[in-house]
Amino acid sequence: MWRRSKILSVALLFTIAIVSSIAYEHYAVSGRPVVFLATTTSTYDSGLLDYLLPKFESEHGIKVHIISVGTGQAIEAAMRGDVDLILVHSREQELEFVNSTYGIHRVGVMYNEFIIIGPAEDPANIRGLTNATEAFRRIAEGGSKGVTSFISRADKSGTHMVELIIWESLGISPSSRDQKWYLEASAGMGAVLRMANDKRAYTITDKATWLSFKSQLTNLRVLVQGDPLLLNPYSVILVNPEKYPQRNFNGAVALVKWMISDEGQNLIGNFTKFGETLFTPIARNYEKAHELGFPDQEEEIAWYDAH
Amino acid sequence: MVEDIFLQEIINITLLSLRVSGTAVLIGALIGIPIGAYLGFRQFKGKKTMMRFVDVMLKSIINTFMGLPPVAVGLVVYLLLTSSGPLGWLGLLYTPTAMVITQLIMVVPIIIGVTMSAVGSVERSIMEKALSLGATKNQAAFLVLREARVGVLTAIIVAFGAAISEVGGIMISGGNIRWFTRTLTTAIVVETELGNFNMALTLGAILLSIAFVINLALTILQIKGARR
Amino acid sequence: MKAVEVRGLSKEYSGRLVLRDVTFDVHEGEFFVLLGPNGSGKTTLLRILDLLEEPTAGKVFFEGEEVDYSKERATLRRKIGMVFQQTVLFDMSVFDNVAYPLKIRGDLAKAEIERKVARVLEDVELRGFERKNALSLSGGEAQRVALAQALVAEPKLLLLDEPTANLDPKNVSIVEGILSRLNREKKTTVIMTTHNMFQAERLAHRVALLNEGEIRAIGSFRDVFGYQSRLI
Repeated sequence: MWRRSKILSVALLFTIAIVSSIAYEHYAVSGRPVVFLATTTSTYDSGLLDYLLPKFESEHGIKVHIISVGTGQAIEAAMRGDVDLILVHSREQELEFVNSTYGIHRVGVMYNEFIIIGPAEDPANIRGLTNATEAFRRIAEGGSKGVTSFISRADKSGTHMVELIIWESLGISPSSRDQKWYLEASAGMGAVLRMANDKRAYTITDKATWLSFKSQLTNLRVLVQGDPLLLNPYSVILVNPEKYPQRNFNGAVALVKWMISDEGQNLIGNFTKFGETLFTPIARNYEKAHELGFPDQEEEIAWYDAH
Repeated sequence: MVEDIFLQEIINITLLSLRVSGTAVLIGALIGIPIGAYLGFRQFKGKKTMMRFVDVMLKSIINTFMGLPPVAVGLVVYLLLTSSGPLGWLGLLYTPTAMVITQLIMVVPIIIGVTMSAVGSVERSIMEKALSLGATKNQAAFLVLREARVGVLTAIIVAFGAAISEVGGIMISGGNIRWFTRTLTTAIVVETELGNFNMALTLGAILLSIAFVINLALTILQIKGARR
Repeated sequence: MKAVEVRGLSKEYSGRLVLRDVTFDVHEGEFFVLLGPNGSGKTTLLRILDLLEEPTAGKVFFEGEEVDYSKERATLRRKIGMVFQQTVLFDMSVFDNVAYPLKIRGDLAKAEIERKVARVLEDVELRGFERKNALSLSGGEAQRVALAQALVAEPKLLLLDEPTANLDPKNVSIVEGILSRLNREKKTTVIMTTHNMFQAERLAHRVALLNEGEIRAIGSFRDVFGYQSRLI
């Protein structure tokens, strides 16, 4: 009895290992060159890349492996040479990455919009404002009176950075320790939205995640949008091949060339979620690119075109 | 067609989970059972003088490692395998192999610990009896391991259960790449974050079924072990 | 010819003398009984003879040769069978339990093993129990399996530590029957401990009276106790 059950369980384990291994290899892509792209969770969660990249993959015969993590972690992975390029939206950290010479040829690809959402009853009375700073001021004011609360991602994400910039411009540096109305969630956007819904609190979110969760967030409304401060530019940056020669630099260049090509840019502009477009392409809209913090856009685009 | 791809992805994710955890546990058993048995025998000698400082320390360390936070393991594996890390030249980061290594580090202490206590709890008289019947030391030791077989199998099953439901570690070392390193648990995280609760629940149900089968096997083993 | 010679044997456990200067001989083919109350050192003596413990002082000779307690003892143990007071069986079938001492020798054909196991199970009246798990047996049946394990390799010397202490009268008489038949027909030397005087009288050629680790008397039952019970 023992012998039979022993052989059976060992055989079962081996079978599980081997069958799933073979079957998995059947599904997984093998043999094709691979590009590793690190990006932020919110970018990935918008669904844009799953819509966009299969088209690139089939045209170029290159497989793109997406690592979707926090902005800090994405840049850290690039600094360590674990990926070939990054697609992120956090200007200061990007510039730091480029200045360290680990990142090269930063170009603006597109932007999307952040929106300020809050409870339908809007105790801070910010509905319809187009000035995000004023909206934040009223939320903080309501908070000190105990009628409003705000939930922060508090995870050093691009979204969190935008939020901090606005608070900073008001001379406020809120923290859960000193302000009861300010809740540091240290969580993903989806989780923060659900918390805001439960607590009838305000928060700042990207439009894509809002649209994904809207149907479940019955207490919340979009209250403020349209402030240039709330525009969220995305850039791609290559990992310097001189630092990490083993990385697939050519594959990464091919991917960027495709993303900034007319085809890629049109696809980005046509991507919709729940019937709404989310991203506006800017690779070749130099004026807008300059405005959003890409002073060298022409030169970098020219570099990619020539490559 | 959409339905088809949905199904294909679920199959892909499930197979990868089984493959990664199965491989980790298989290798973990090959490493952990001999070590666990050896440490079990050290305790087994039974004499109080043998439970020296070293043994106490060893046991405490193993018990601590049995509860290693997976995220910490994932981070360590990440730092080892990252391109600029000591094992970066292997190019294993963000691959299923990296996840196997992560889970291996997690399951080896579990297998060692459970095997150790299973072997240690076999009556000392069993060993004496075998010796008395003319067994050599090795033969007697093997018999004790055989008597502890329910415990050893339990170790393997518990380890598999821990591995397949682990999420934090493989998220960091595997990168949660769709169609490549996305497992049941990491997929549930993504799908929840995306608001795709249907997909998340489907994957959760699959994970639950696997956990159920594991516990069923464990319970049957324990009943068999108790029926004496 | 002497089967076992014990010379000046002492055993100390953390400062306490359990056996002190024990000396006796057991002849080949003899049924020798160690009689004494609980705690008199009987079990320790048998464990030393079965090479499970080393003596603190003194020597043991087996078939004229001194036993070297520092060596691997498997070869010598294979000539000795022992039945413990607490029945210990392995978590496997009755057949596998009884076949174990033969299998570990590694030099016997499968058919030979099966033949020997069948014969010894016949002796202990357990034919038909082969496929049962040994741990599912009753106390009496289990002790007979333990006896079969000790006998299957046809030992020269059989050590029995209170083999019938926990048995009901029916099983006691089965076990006693097996033992005396074995001693009579196969000339196996037997050393048995018991605290049951009547059992000693029924079985023993000679008895030794052990108390507080010392042999107080040795000889035939009548020599030692000066009477013969009227029960026989």
